[in-house]
Amino acid sequence: MGTVSINVNGVDFTREVEPRLLFVHFLRDVLGLTGTHVGCDTSQCGACTVLVDGEATKSCTLFAVQLEGRKVTTIEGIAQAGKLHPVQQAFWDKHGLQCGFCTPGMIITTCALLDKNPKPTEEEIRHGLEGNICRCTGYHNIVKAVQEAAEKLPAARGN
Amino acid sequence: MIPSSFDYHAPATLAEAVALLGKYPEDAKVLSGGQSLLPLLKLRLGQAGHLIDIGKIPGLEYIKEEGGMLRIGGRTRESALERSEIVQKRYPILVDTAKVIADPIVRNLATVGGNLAHGDPGNDHPATMLALGAQVVAMGKSGERVIPIDKFFLGLFRTALQPDEILTEIRIPAPVEGSGGAYVKLERKVGDYATAASAAYVVIGTQGFVERAGIGLTNLGPTPIKATAAEKYLIGKKPETAALAEAARIAAQATEPSADRRGAVEYKREMARVLTGRALKKAVERAGGK
Ligand SMILES: Cc1cc2nc3c(=O)[nH]c(=O)nc-3n(C[C@H](O)[C@H](O)[C@H](O)COP(=O)(O)OP(=O)(O)OC[C@H]3O[C@@H](n4cnc5c(N)ncnc54)[C@H](O)[C@@H]3O)c2cc1C
Ligand code: FES
Ligand code: FES
Repeated sequence: MGTVSINVNGVDFTREVEPRLLFVHFLRDVLGLTGTHVGCDTSQCGACTVLVDGEATKSCTLFAVQLEGRKVTTIEGIAQAGKLHPVQQAFWDKHGLQCGFCTPGMIITTCALLDKNPKPTEEEIRHGLEGNICRCTGYHNIVKAVQEAAEKLPAARGN
Repeated sequence: MIPSSFDYHAPATLAEAVALLGKYPEDAKVLSGGQSLLPLLKLRLGQAGHLIDIGKIPGLEYIKEEGGMLRIGGRTRESALERSEIVQKRYPILVDTAKVIADPIVRNLATVGGNLAHGDPGNDHPATMLALGAQVVAMGKSGERVIPIDKFFLGLFRTALQPDEILTEIRIPAPVEGSGGAYVKLERKVGDYATAASAAYVVIGTQGFVERAGIGLTNLGPTPIKATAAEKYLIGKKPETAALAEAARIAAQATEPSADRRGAVEYKREMARVLTGRALKKAVERAGGK
């Protein structure tokens, strides 16, 4: 056992962990943040995606101890003051989900994507989401949701 | 899936990391991006008593051109390679390669050094580095040494790195006038390892003849393959359709694929021929030879 300190959604957490504890289990089982899902457990589906220092990262293929001192954002951390984040709102408005299992990962990946590339083409969106698998939607409405979010985000950010 | 227990070390310097590897000779592994190592540990196909995380060591992530070489820090991530301006402008073959490795999220963690050090014939960078004639820099307890890439891949998951050595840099000769390279991969779906893939690099002289050729093949044998006979064949030839096709045919003969869910031996060998033909054609185009 050793201790690890990680900032998750703006709060510093210091916990005793086994080095082999995967970060997704740290989030779900230690912190109780179950919005981050485990789909494949093999780094393929993207359901476990979180932001580490702003970059989309699959938390099932990462040890918690590797994140000492880093800043993490999960799906629980993006709505502000009880108001959905524009990307969340866009997924709602454009029906970018059905069962919702892939949605936390899709939304987090979209946040990172739009951060790097605020006006992506449809092709860039589809390539950008290559690491996230959805069993339900056929992706069509997910792409529309990302496009909608790209349109709404600048206003929401106040620029 | 949960790996078996290990001790975790996060050294702050390269010297400390090398010392730790030396301290646990049979039982320590370097942890870089973890995108090959963690799946192995989770599936318990691999095991280590000590993981030496090199992620906290400063100065191992960079991409710069210096002294006629492109120098890529051993811990440089695929996403950084893909986005690098100098790579996009001068080394399109590296962009070809990085963007077909796994998916964009995995590429935020996976490193170029790890992709070589893993010694997996299914990894994509080895073929490209073989085609380009790269060098690998390794740091061990007796200092630094430079390993030519064609002496690096020794067997399945086996490289020339000693157990206490860390891959610190990859060096690629800077492009010369009339040079061009390309990587072409066939995969069943995004994020899959290659059914077959081919990297080609050519240098065409002012008279229009091939002066240098490099061909590397992915997932077509127990190690990444350098198609030396095909490379030799091209030297002194005009890079025209018939010559490129013949080189591709010779390259395919160097493969030793095994049958699996990605295809039969004959199919993979045929794909090696087709993909090498395409990679050569694109390399020649990029070299300005149309
Ligand atoms: C879903 C998925 C799909 C993938 N698809 C592809 C693909 O299509 N093509 C492809 O090429 N790869 C693919 N990969 C593998 C990925 O690119 C790996 O990350 C990469 O091969 C290894 O880099 P790493 O930094 O993650 O290394 P790690 O996993 O950290 O290490 C791998 C091995 O190399 C050793 N090592 C790593 N760095 C060093 C170093 N600097 N010095 C000495 N030893 C070192 C480690 O000890 C370990 O044995 C995929 C991975 C996943 C999870
Ligand atoms: S659970 Fe992590 S990628 Fe599927
Ligand atoms: S909405 Fe069901 S998996 Fe995507």
